[in-house]
Amino acid sequence: MQINRILVYGIGNPGRCDDGLGPKLVSLVEAEGIENVDSDFNYQLNIEDALTCSHYDAVVFVDASETAAPPFEFKELEPAREIAFTTHEMPPASVLALTGELYARRPRAWLLAVRGYEWDIGEGLSPQAEINLSAALAFLADWVGQSKGRTL
Amino acid sequence: MGRKITIEPVTRVEGHGKVTIHLDDRGKVTQSRFHIVEFRGFERFVQGRPYWEAPVLVQRLCGICPVSHHLAAAKAMDVIVGAGPEGLTPTAEKMRRLMHYGQMLQSHALHFFHLVSPDLLFGMDADPAIRNIIGVVLKHRDLAVQGVMLRKFGQEIILATAGKKIHGTGAVPGGVNKNLTIEERDSFLKGPAPLNADTMIEWAQGALDLFKAFHKDHKDLVDGFAPFPSNHLSLVRKDGALDFYHGVLRAVDSEGRKVLDDVDYQDYLKYIGEEVRSWSYMKFPYLRSLGKADGWYRVGPLARLNTCDFIPSPRAQKEFEIFKAYTDGKPNNMTLHAHWARLIELLHAAEVIRDLLNDKDLQGEKLVRRGKRRPEGVGLIEAPRGTLFHHYRVDDNDQIAMANLIVSTTNNNEPMNRAVNWVAMNMISEKPEITEGMLNRVEVAIRAYDPCLSCATHAIGKMPLVVEIYDYRENLVDRKCK
Repeated sequence: MQINRILVYGIGNPGRCDDGLGPKLVSLVEAEGIENVDSDFNYQLNIEDALTCSHYDAVVFVDASETAAPPFEFKELEPAREIAFTTHEMPPASVLALTGELYARRPRAWLLAVRGYEWDIGEGLSPQAEINLSAALAFLADWVGQSKGRTL
Repeated sequence: MGRKITIEPVTRVEGHGKVTIHLDDRGKVTQSRFHIVEFRGFERFVQGRPYWEAPVLVQRLCGICPVSHHLAAAKAMDVIVGAGPEGLTPTAEKMRRLMHYGQMLQSHALHFFHLVSPDLLFGMDADPAIRNIIGVVLKHRDLAVQGVMLRKFGQEIILATAGKKIHGTGAVPGGVNKNLTIEERDSFLKGPAPLNADTMIEWAQGALDLFKAFHKDHKDLVDGFAPFPSNHLSLVRKDGALDFYHGVLRAVDSEGRKVLDDVDYQDYLKYIGEEVRSWSYMKFPYLRSLGKADGWYRVGPLARLNTCDFIPSPRAQKEFEIFKAYTDGKPNNMTLHAHWARLIELLHAAEVIRDLLNDKDLQGEKLVRRGKRRPEGVGLIEAPRGTLFHHYRVDDNDQIAMANLIVSTTNNNEPMNRAVNWVAMNMISEKPEITEGMLNRVEVAIRAYDPCLSCATHAIGKMPLVVEIYDYRENLVDRKCK
């Protein structure tokens, strides 16, 4: 599949300290204004995001992680039909499965899991999360530059 | 050997809920509890901040119903700036209503299609690998598409009225900061199918008809699952109509006798108390006139249809009459009938959205009204999950000095515990093996209230479901992960 349209989708609650890593990274991507890259963010993914994802060739979900090796982990996602832990939110792999089943579209997708440390109610990232964020942003900008227009 | 079963956290609800069921050495349930592991900090979060920031700040508390917190805080701030609660301009009041009913539409749609329909379509004992929204897509594609598009339509209404997808700024103390443009209005009224208001009404009716058909075929299950008498509390319009945005407090008992009526919610502390129990972070609200033991109540869709006299939209009113006739006009105390009530509300929300969109006041220019500044204000709203209380005091420096929030899920604390206990006693007690289907029934009981527990910390790795069984000495004897 040739990658022409890329979506960077941040997930998280900026009112829960490092849980806001995803939205924060998206705001930085928006500030950069990368061509052919759209961005979006929300507290969490949900069923309507299947429609959003159907419009893109590639989607990078950016989320805070309590367990990722710092500064971040980057891995490709496969659609997952089985939903083991269904809450009001949906995991990215389930959104991808919905995208395929509902809209017959299978965008390539990756998860950029940025390591966080603080999850209490409060604004702003922890110092270590800020460092991880910078590393993740640099990686993402490089990855997008290499991926656009290529067949992956 | 005595055992303790722990479900932590409950799936399909947010955050850090935990169910513990204690068994004695014969497997008989001796105690069940629905705990909230982490819940405090809301009030502290906003103290010291300028009052005008509150409607935006409080949305950070919850990723499930941020619009409810946004509007409840704004209503409290209306009082503080001398404009409220009933002094807004017509444009401001109707823009807020449109935002709120859009939220109701998307929230109720999500709950039914994503969280409830799998249990109905596949059964409570079905393989969890199938009993989910993906399973619904594979077997009932049209239904799943409708669920997605109802959500999408509601989200677009919120975006148009709140100004942003999250952390909306539409409601400000004393009014709103934007009206609805003709282009926005027309996109919702005449937009390409299926994203228009008339289609949403038809799909809401379709979801309701689906539930009614299921109920017709499974009366014993739907009527007999965790029924128990309770009081019911909600806002109602002054004339007794169902109203999600504004009204007076009314409470009825399990027989329909009015315990509270026509109460100005600025005085809620005179009528509502909050009990603290040592084993839960979440308080237990009660009606003071009935006391702690008997004054607990339900809130949410079931409670709202039990307290109101009528629904002010034609198709929902027709369904309301069927709903009321089922219990001969008495309050409905059947837990799973909350889904029936929720879908009637879904239909009502869709009808109200269409009617509001046709109201020219939405294009008005007078957006804000102010009056004499006051030191204290209370804002109440009927959130998707039930009555939401926001209470603030503001000091002379315009900083919030005190905040007290009673969220819908807190109001439903005792009923959720009772529902879990019913399942424990009737489905789990003295059974030789604890099956996934039994544990799902615990969740079915909780899901009927659609609780929102810890408000949206969701980072990867924070949401495992662990079931642990302990003997009477608290030794781990079994452990299940879902």
